[in-house]
Amino acid sequence: MLEHALSSRLKFARIAAIVVKEFIELKRDKWARFRLIVPTLIQMLLFGYAATYEVYHVSTAVLDLDHSQESRELLSLFTASTRFDVVKVAQTQREIAAAIDGGDAAVALVVHAGFAELLRKGQSAPLQVIVDGTNSNTALIALGYVNVIAAGFAQDYATDLAERTLGVSGMNPVQVTIEQRPWFNEDLNGQWFFVPGLIGTLTLVIIVNLTAFAIVREREIGTLEQIMVSPIRPVELILGKTVPFFAIGLGEVALIVAVGILWFQVPFVGNPFVLLLGSSLFLLSTLALGLLISTLCSTQQQAFSMNFFVLNPFFILSGFSFPISSMPKVLQWMTYINPLRYYLIVIRGTFLKGVGLSVLWPELAAMAAIAFVLLAASILRFRKTLE
Amino acid sequence: MRFCRLKAIAVKEVLQIWRDPRSLMIALLLPFTQMFLLGYGVNLDLKHIPVCTFDREGSQLSQALFKHFQASQYFAIVRNVSSYPELRAAIDAADCSLGIVVPPDFSERLNDAGAASVQAVLDASDDNTANIAFGYASAVVSGYASDVQLTQIDRQGRTLQQIEPMVVQSRVWFNEDLESRNFIIPGLVAVIMALVGAQLTSLTISREWERGTMELLISTPVQPNEVMFGKLLPYLVMGWLDAAFCLAIAALWFGVPYRGTIAALFLTTTLFLFVVLSIGYLLSVLIRSQVGASQIALLLTMLPTMLLSGYVFPIDQMPKVIQDVTYLIYSRYYVEIVKDLFLKGSSITELAMPIMFLIVYALAVTVLAARAFRKRLD
Repeated sequence: MLEHALSSRLKFARIAAIVVKEFIELKRDKWARFRLIVPTLIQMLLFGYAATYEVYHVSTAVLDLDHSQESRELLSLFTASTRFDVVKVAQTQREIAAAIDGGDAAVALVVHAGFAELLRKGQSAPLQVIVDGTNSNTALIALGYVNVIAAGFAQDYATDLAERTLGVSGMNPVQVTIEQRPWFNEDLNGQWFFVPGLIGTLTLVIIVNLTAFAIVREREIGTLEQIMVSPIRPVELILGKTVPFFAIGLGEVALIVAVGILWFQVPFVGNPFVLLLGSSLFLLSTLALGLLISTLCSTQQQAFSMNFFVLNPFFILSGFSFPISSMPKVLQWMTYINPLRYYLIVIRGTFLKGVGLSVLWPELAAMAAIAFVLLAASILRFRKTLE
Repeated sequence: MRFCRLKAIAVKEVLQIWRDPRSLMIALLLPFTQMFLLGYGVNLDLKHIPVCTFDREGSQLSQALFKHFQASQYFAIVRNVSSYPELRAAIDAADCSLGIVVPPDFSERLNDAGAASVQAVLDASDDNTANIAFGYASAVVSGYASDVQLTQIDRQGRTLQQIEPMVVQSRVWFNEDLESRNFIIPGLVAVIMALVGAQLTSLTISREWERGTMELLISTPVQPNEVMFGKLLPYLVMGWLDAAFCLAIAALWFGVPYRGTIAALFLTTTLFLFVVLSIGYLLSVLIRSQVGASQIALLLTMLPTMLLSGYVFPIDQMPKVIQDVTYLIYSRYYVEIVKDLFLKGSSITELAMPIMFLIVYALAVTVLAARAFRKRLD
């Protein structure tokens, strides 16, 4: 009786045996170590610079049909701004159209004849702006900057005019200004948002890709049968497979976080232990996901296809690049089963906001729940395929 | 190259695909469902940005300002807070991404000096949302200012004077409503095709090695070129099907305007598919083990395609070095082509540059693959 109860319990020695086996396999595969470190570093460095919505140096074409002091003054404001690069000074409307059509310029500014005259008369003078809306995000932000520069010009001109004509300011327009107070990221630096996000994204891809082949590979090369005839139980096998991947994953996270902090200089103001806890739970849920894929598939080809099938939506529906609040309700609900969604909140929260457990506990709990469900599912699923 | 041998390989590959219906289903269903699902997810347009208000004055004027925010489709007031710590807590917990703070002397300043200011506290941990939210908030506030001015003028019985000395008349071309979906969905087609294509072929040779059927293949008189084209052909047909699904969903279901010609789309899509499939094939030849092949394929396609192809993050905003790197990302050319075909209706001649790059890519990969595939057992 007692012996039976004992044998049905998890045997640590058997789990340890699997762990040792996995490490030996990894050690033999010289390529694996290279594959784990070098591409991760390269990707982190590349993507850290690539992922940004900031808008600088918008290629701009200008057409001045007024040739007045005022028009030159206005256009020089754009030349001086780092947001705009004047790449073409056009002579005709047709040249402007060609520049936008051909993609040489994303913004075109046209000052029509009579601009200065209207201004001097105190009438509304138009500045025509043509924007290539292909990338609506860039277009929207660039338009915002055009408006800011134009408003600054208009303001200066109005004050100037009022002083000159009336001596004292007559009826000033009512002004309500809005002051910017960007918390957590005073300079609105885009890297501070995306680099922490990349930590989660890269980890997800690496870990799922590693673990998805863990069992199906043994199945396909026939070593799974050897394991099956040994006294190892499904729970022990899955747990034994989990430990090495977890260790590798923690190493990867540490590597990527180090690049983020040391190379990209993203400030880390939070509690490192909260990040460690969040990363551990995230790793557990992603490698459980990979293992589940591995038990569901009978060939490596299928596991490979499944990876794409799963990773792409996880990536897009995580809030990494597309705000979740802008998605339709149904899709927003679907993001609740995505561990990356929670991890991104934890990472960004600990890095930039410095919030702790009191704020992040729902995210941590959700990741723990996902990890538990997925691990249980893969153990059950594996047991079933054995029978 | 003999056509009958090429055909034999193609037939063999078709049979192999046919006998693994689960993989076939995945290959056909994957792009379809992803396109359908993710088409809704790829949206950068911000609406109903959650706002907390902190009214330190509680006057009629300050409440009128908040009404303007409430009326805007870009904002949704989720809470009224009564202290800075409360505002801080709301932003910490991501309950709101913008806090509008009205100072205690708001009405006084507005009535006496005609000028007052409010504070926009932004959760800048997401800088893009913060930037755009601030732009919208500025527009709301200036709308409010002219409202206040109008009522003042009304009260004083004066006539309206010129308020704005200059107006910006903006026109947007190609994507007239500035809908982010219109430029991201064509890019999404390219991304999905790049992902599907690479995984279709990347296992085709390593599978032969791992299952031991390579020895059989080598003992036949078939030539390396015949193996390659024979293996690519069935997948090209599958790629056409997948691409047709995705493009149809983009244009018909999501209503992204298509302004180019069908011929141009067919030609460029075929070229892109050929590049993607032959890269998968090359990897398959180069790396013997299936795990190795798939990991490299994943590393080369997944994240680089998403982050460096220009499908969301504009390439011209990247640092020069990274821009140079993007020339290696074959998806960038197709992303550019599909976007231009959809929104600009570009002709083949206007797309000559990216098409040339794709052709060069296709040639290079084919030559490399043919060189790498040696009929030897070592």
